[in-house]
Amino acid sequence: MEFAELIRTPRVDNVVLHRPFYPAVEGTLCLTGHHLILSSRQDNTEELWLLHSNIDAIDKRFVGPLGTIIIKCKDFRIIQLDIPGMEECLNIASSIEALSTLDSITLMYPFFYRPMFEVIEDGWHSFLPEQEFELYSCSCDEWRLSYVNKEFAVCPSYPPIVIVPKSIDDEALRKVATFRHGGRFPVLSYYHKKNGMVIMRSGQPLTGTNGRRCKEDEKLINATLRAGKRGYIIDTRSLTVAQQARAKGGGFEQEAHYPQWRRIHKSIERYHILQESLIKLVEACNDQTHNMDRWLSKLEASNWLTHIKEILTTACLAAQCIDREGASILIHGTEGTDSTLQVTSLAQIILEPRSRTIRGFEALIEREWLQAGHPFQQRCAQSAYCNSKQKWESPVFLLFLDCVWQILRQFPCSFEFNENFLIMLFEHAYASQFGTFLGNNESERCKLKLQQKTMSLWSWVNRPSELRKFTSPLFEANNLVIWPSVAPQSLHLWEGIFLRWNRSSKYLDEAYEEMVNIIEYNKELQAKILPQLIPSLLLEGGKLQRCKQS
Amino acid sequence: MEHIRTTKVEQVKLLDRFSTSNKALTGTLYLTATHLLFIDSHQKETWILHHHIASVEKLALTTSGCPLVIQCKNFRIVHFIVPRERDCHDIYNSLLQLSKQAKYEDLYAFSYNPKQNDSERLRGWQLIDLAEEYKRMGVPNSNWQLSDANREYKICETYPRELYVPRIASKPIIVGSSKFRSKGRFPVLSYYHREKEAAVCRCSQPLSGFSARCLEDEHLLQAISKANPVNRYMYVMDTRPKLNAMANRAAGKGYENEDNYSNIRFQFVGIENIHVMRSSLQKLLEVNGTKGLSVNDFYSGLESSGWLRHIKAVMDAAIFLTKVLIEKDWISFGHKFSERCGHLDSDPKEVSPVFTQFLECVWHLTEQFPQAFEFNEAFLLQIHEHIYSCQFGNFLGNCQKEREELKLKEKTYSLWPFLLDDQKKYLNPLYSPKSQAVAVLEPNTVSFNFKFWRNMYHQFDRTLHPRQSVFSIIMNMNEQNKQLENDIKDLESKIKQHKNKQTDGVLTKELLHSVRPESPTLKTSLCFKEQTLLPVNDALRTIEGSNPADNRYSEYAEEFSKSEPAVVSLEYGVARMTC
Repeated sequence: MEFAELIRTPRVDNVVLHRPFYPAVEGTLCLTGHHLILSSRQDNTEELWLLHSNIDAIDKRFVGPLGTIIIKCKDFRIIQLDIPGMEECLNIASSIEALSTLDSITLMYPFFYRPMFEVIEDGWHSFLPEQEFELYSCSCDEWRLSYVNKEFAVCPSYPPIVIVPKSIDDEALRKVATFRHGGRFPVLSYYHKKNGMVIMRSGQPLTGTNGRRCKEDEKLINATLRAGKRGYIIDTRSLTVAQQARAKGGGFEQEAHYPQWRRIHKSIERYHILQESLIKLVEACNDQTHNMDRWLSKLEASNWLTHIKEILTTACLAAQCIDREGASILIHGTEGTDSTLQVTSLAQIILEPRSRTIRGFEALIEREWLQAGHPFQQRCAQSAYCNSKQKWESPVFLLFLDCVWQILRQFPCSFEFNENFLIMLFEHAYASQFGTFLGNNESERCKLKLQQKTMSLWSWVNRPSELRKFTSPLFEANNLVIWPSVAPQSLHLWEGIFLRWNRSSKYLDEAYEEMVNIIEYNKELQAKILPQLIPSLLLEGGKLQRCKQS
Repeated sequence: MEHIRTTKVEQVKLLDRFSTSNKALTGTLYLTATHLLFIDSHQKETWILHHHIASVEKLALTTSGCPLVIQCKNFRIVHFIVPRERDCHDIYNSLLQLSKQAKYEDLYAFSYNPKQNDSERLRGWQLIDLAEEYKRMGVPNSNWQLSDANREYKICETYPRELYVPRIASKPIIVGSSKFRSKGRFPVLSYYHREKEAAVCRCSQPLSGFSARCLEDEHLLQAISKANPVNRYMYVMDTRPKLNAMANRAAGKGYENEDNYSNIRFQFVGIENIHVMRSSLQKLLEVNGTKGLSVNDFYSGLESSGWLRHIKAVMDAAIFLTKVLIEKDWISFGHKFSERCGHLDSDPKEVSPVFTQFLECVWHLTEQFPQAFEFNEAFLLQIHEHIYSCQFGNFLGNCQKEREELKLKEKTYSLWPFLLDDQKKYLNPLYSPKSQAVAVLEPNTVSFNFKFWRNMYHQFDRTLHPRQSVFSIIMNMNEQNKQLENDIKDLESKIKQHKNKQTDGVLTKELLHSVRPESPTLKTSLCFKEQTLLPVNDALRTIEGSNPADNRYSEYAEEFSKSEPAVVSLEYGVARMTC
């Protein structure tokens, strides 16, 4: 077993654990292949189970023979372990470092995890593309399922099955794929039943500096428009950035070649800019000593809420095109795997009631993030405490969840899930016992045989006992389009994520409990009054009969 | 009425404050003796009380007419466009006159008639009795007594007649001390913590200059200290920044010299003066009124206005105060600092957002302790509304003496009974008296706990608010639960009766009749979407899925080469009556 080599000291006694808002605990620290465990000797009551993959960074300090390890987690929690003995401390630290940065995906915990719960429904089969397509059954005469990417040969980051216009054959798709970044030819992302308008997404067109064009691409895009209709192309880069992309072989659609389309540039930041934003924000939130001015200027300098506003605004714009202007849209940035997906998925939250249910939201993540090829493995490799400035680490998915939370805050009754559901998804995207967020795309997941070798997150979440925790008591299905406010005054810092470990939420939790109680009590009373009304209604009926007889 | 030249102007446009495309509602503007009223083409009414108007501004003439911007003290800002300049000028002049009444007698409170008879009016004024409040705190007692020194307002005009002072403090000492204090505001009891036998006193700054001292004042503070023998120290909290206090010495005022007062510890807590506060709030409002405000501008505005910094300073001071109380020490104030609801009516109204700040601090507490307060946010907003409405007598005048001279109790009405009548609207559904057992709240004043109070400063900008309010849903559900409980009890007893009697259907009919019409089961929707966060806005509806043009991402509207859809702006500038 490879892990044994990495674990230099498997066990240390008399270790003291410090966590914010909890009393310090003394106990035995154990390292296993995937967990850091601390158990106190009193009936094993106080325990810490921490996945190594959740560890973002560690610091060590020494005061005499007492060593201290500060563990910074990907979910932003910071804990401290006081370890007696310098050698033990160094051993533990280097073991944790090695175990939390395993190179091989197949050594990750999901490949070793054996569920203790009964699987009611296998999450790997919960959201099959065929079933999802059936939901669009009314559009079957315009759209079709294509298996052109069956072997991942046409586009490595697309799933084997995609939805494309019916009038375009697979041969044309192959040609279009050569004209789009990463082979990401335009595919259907969302079909608005109300008026038949659609959201499509793709990679940037590879026009280059000499303005290359592709007839099949133009035909494909136009095939999505109904007679006499115009459409919008939303480019998630600024015009300058899009123009610069031509030098590297990329580019954007020239209006002359796509006369029925109008292009809109909406700049959404990407990559390390977002990562730095997250680092600054978490740093600001973790410092309790900031005075008011410093806190506000740090919050501002992080730009996190500016990114939120940009993303939400673009998503609202897309939704507005579809629902209000009656125009179809194509969305892309450069690769079409980050900001593009933020916009397409948020537009659906705004437009489609189903995506605001638990099941529908899971389907949305499956469709618009996992199958659409958002590189989770790369993006979520490190979180806010990492020092490495890798270009591919970026909190794109967290920003999406934050945007959903912002909408949820403005429409608390329109979502079937609560904040905890979003927090849970954030945690599992960065460190999990489940295989769902492993790999960067379907092709990689297929090679890793995740379906056979790991458990799906959805298998665990979709059991009644778990669902209960994630269900909002306020939910009342609502078939309307919901338009959030994107004014700075309406956007908030997501305290449930960023201040989660920095302050006690005791009073807020109690208030939430009380709210749930009031709602539960209401249901109880409603249930009680009905059977009371029925006998009286029956009596009323009996009397009527008697009247008739007489 | 002599100020009103034009009572009605047609074809006036009401602009959306945040819309960059100059979206507007057209309607008719009416000017009454007390209100400015705008009725738009959808018959929605916007009422603005003249007393609420903080400033009226006439902007440069445009092609569509003459713009008139009205800023209100309750943070409403309206932007009208009047087609003819002459009408605009008339309204402008009238509003200037009407919004700044020279005499108290012209205030709305003196003409407001809610159809209460005299005894009801009197009861209204007696709802809050200071003597009763002090009794609740356990005063007078062996250490504290009611002093008649200020009975005729001879010592201090701005203090009420009834004052509580240490029992051992004689009248000459009080008189002597008052001469040494700015405006005669000598140290008096403000709050007494019965369990800890600790007290909060307040007073104004000493007129110490650079060297003056006053033996009587020193005696009085000593007496306060002695009024609780349990504690060794007494704290004097000076709410000003130390620099301000030092600067004041040049004007013959200043702060207590520690050497002259034994067993007393001095503490400066750095709350800025009213002028700083006023400009701070102004700055905040300016930034927030910007069209197409970016997140960065919002936060840098929030920072540079310093508003939240001031709020934090006040809170920090209050916490220090409570900590000291817990430590069983005595404390006295070097500056006025209102901190109890029951004292609202004894605090002066000033041209400074001091009171708004107090309300905001309370709001921050309610945010941190959602179950500790019996009232809700709407209650705070409503009080704020009426501080400036001049509709009730409570907040008129600058001190008790002035209020008596105005004969407010005979001529005007008290706000409290009106709030009590509408109690349901102001109750916090999550309130739990249990958590009161914790008694002393210990708020967290780390900076990140302080947030911008949108519901106060943007209470009229409905587009900025959440579209569904959890709070009002829970409030309604709580009400519904009570109703259901009664219904169930009713039904149960009637069915029981019915079974006993085995009579014919007459009873059943009556039974059904009694329950069905108002039974909440028949309107069992969980979300009362029509309900709004602010109970004062009865005419408002929060409608979800409203027009995206209401929001600011619609700036592309022109680009769509289509005329804007003819959907109503539902949330801005809708009816709101103050009475």
